[in-house]
Amino acid sequence: MVSLPVPIGLHLAGPKGQNPPLLAVQSETNHVINNLQVNNLTTKSSKGSTSTGANMTGVKLRKTIIEQSRRAGVGHIGSALSVADIVSCLYGKVINAKTPRDPERDRFVLSKGHAALALYAAFAERGWITEEQLNTYCGDGSQLGVHPEHCLPGVDFATGSLGQGLSFGTGAALAAKRQKSDRRVFVLLSDAECNEGSVWEAIMFAAQHKLNNLFAILDLNGQQAFGYTKDVLNLSPMDERWKAFGWDVHVVDGHDEEAMAAIIEKNSNVGDKPHVLIAKTTFGKGVSYMESQIKWHYSPLNEAEYELAMTELERQS
Amino acid sequence: MRGAFAKTLTELAAKDSRIYLLTGDLGYMALEPFAEKFPDRFINVGVAEQNMVGIATGLAEAGFIPVVYSIVTFASLRPYEFIRNGPILHQLPVRIAGVGGGVEYGHNGATHYGMEDIGVMRVQPGITVVAPADAGQTKTALEKTYDLPGPVYYRLGKDDRIVVPGLDGKFDLGKTQTIKKGKDVLLLAMGGISYETAKAAELLSKEGIEAEVVIVASVNPAPVEDLKQVLSQYRQAITVEAHYASGGLASLVSEVVAQAGINCKISRCAIEQSPDGETGGQGFLYNKFGLSAEAIATKAKSLLCGVPA
Ligand SMILES: Cc1ncc(C[n+]2csc(CCOP(=O)(O)OP(=O)(O)O)c2C)c(N)n1
Ligand SMILES: [Mg+2]
Repeated sequence: MVSLPVPIGLHLAGPKGQNPPLLAVQSETNHVINNLQVNNLTTKSSKGSTSTGANMTGVKLRKTIIEQSRRAGVGHIGSALSVADIVSCLYGKVINAKTPRDPERDRFVLSKGHAALALYAAFAERGWITEEQLNTYCGDGSQLGVHPEHCLPGVDFATGSLGQGLSFGTGAALAAKRQKSDRRVFVLLSDAECNEGSVWEAIMFAAQHKLNNLFAILDLNGQQAFGYTKDVLNLSPMDERWKAFGWDVHVVDGHDEEAMAAIIEKNSNVGDKPHVLIAKTTFGKGVSYMESQIKWHYSPLNEAEYELAMTELERQS
Repeated sequence: MRGAFAKTLTELAAKDSRIYLLTGDLGYMALEPFAEKFPDRFINVGVAEQNMVGIATGLAEAGFIPVVYSIVTFASLRPYEFIRNGPILHQLPVRIAGVGGGVEYGHNGATHYGMEDIGVMRVQPGITVVAPADAGQTKTALEKTYDLPGPVYYRLGKDDRIVVPGLDGKFDLGKTQTIKKGKDVLLLAMGGISYETAKAAELLSKEGIEAEVVIVASVNPAPVEDLKQVLSQYRQAITVEAHYASGGLASLVSEVVAQAGINCKISRCAIEQSPDGETGGQGFLYNKFGLSAEAIATKAKSLLCGVPA
């Protein structure tokens, strides 16, 4: 797959076009790419294919999540569905990466590594992995395990041990600043991950160093592996906590891709604080019987459940 | 082993009100019986393993017996210094239960493997380290160690179905368990992979090679006398462990051989390389790392070929 030539430092603007790119940088083909053009892109670019993922949607990713979970017989389905719109927003609308290993690409850390299937689904939409590769998910000898492995191009940092991703991302954001690059860093965190003290260490460091190129996106679904967050360690008010630690806080609907993209584009490298999107989400979003159910952290799908899930998602497409 | 551990702990807790169970947000479909029976003595501390060990230290100082529970790597490596400065330094009865030793979390990938837990734990003289081979041995080991005065680390397998033939739930601190007598080669195994080792001995038997199979579940205190005795009878021994080659059983056995000046060559079946990102089921990874029953048997045969009888 050929990447659309998106130059370094180009930040796509919000959905309605009010937010101009922060840096007007010309692409190799000499157009200034703005949001309108990107939004109008079809699956075919001038080079015959696209890997911008412009047609990506959360529902598309959800279908892949359900298909692959069923094929592989593994769980963590609800956790992946929870972030499908966030991942689709990032990989379809936000992340600049000519190739998965382009040194000037925006970095992404899936700190809640157990949702890797959502990431693989986005990689497939972007053409970074083939259908064939996707079908190795959780197979013997695959690079696509339950958690993202660094050997897979596009996985900037291997995760799976909760509470480490924001530190990786903070270092990556500091590196970009020191290298005078406008590349950005996105870290997708889970809410239960914030139980780990290390997360708060990174939060403090990022604020101290004014890393305005760093975006944490917090998947606030209220659930963890063995209970609801309010019953385990109450996290609210989450926005006030991050604010108190010196971050620029945006509370947002984590299933509204346009709204999240707009906030990101407007705030990239802006201000003197790192940014956090407190994304209100529903665990298991899109599959009625999974929504807000602890069981769907671990449980794999049986055939009847699979059929029902696909029927529901079909209706949403 | 995880199921046997939870069940035995629940039984013990009925008799001993000092027992608390703390989990780092894990144990769905495993810890519920304890949680339901003793809701006041069960705490999900959240995804916070360092904090969990710290809390357990405080509880233990006041006379409780807290058991902390997580996946091997999150139970051992993540809070390691807390373990050292807490229960080990203060010699307090904190129990650390790590689930899924070696590469049992196969498809979950490198971040979920426990390949060095025994190594980091056994360098600490002040902690008892137990790596049971199957569910039956887990039950006995927990019963015999739960009320020791100092800390204990348990490396538990996820699988409750495997039964190591001839082990019959035997366990004693500072002792080995011999599950098969032999004469040609000695196989020493630790943890869940003992099952593969027993299978390897069966394969060898079919080819007329009689392997002696010895289980090392009491890692700290090390079964030094038992090991000296059995190693002295063999010229060739193979250690088998789902652990890095350094720090675990191979190191322990090599230390005994070197210190006692025993004339026995030690070969290792262990994980010799860092994970490279290629994931798969435990069976696939055992093949990849040379830890399957077949690979163990092949190694034994090649050793015997190279050594005049
Ligand atoms: C350090 C660490 N401890 C424990 C785990 C096991 N674990 C995986 S997911 C999870 C919690 C799930 O809740 P959350 O993080 O909020 O993710 P969600 O299911 O909502 O996506 C736990 C405890 C882990 N992966 N890493
Ligand atoms: Mg959650």
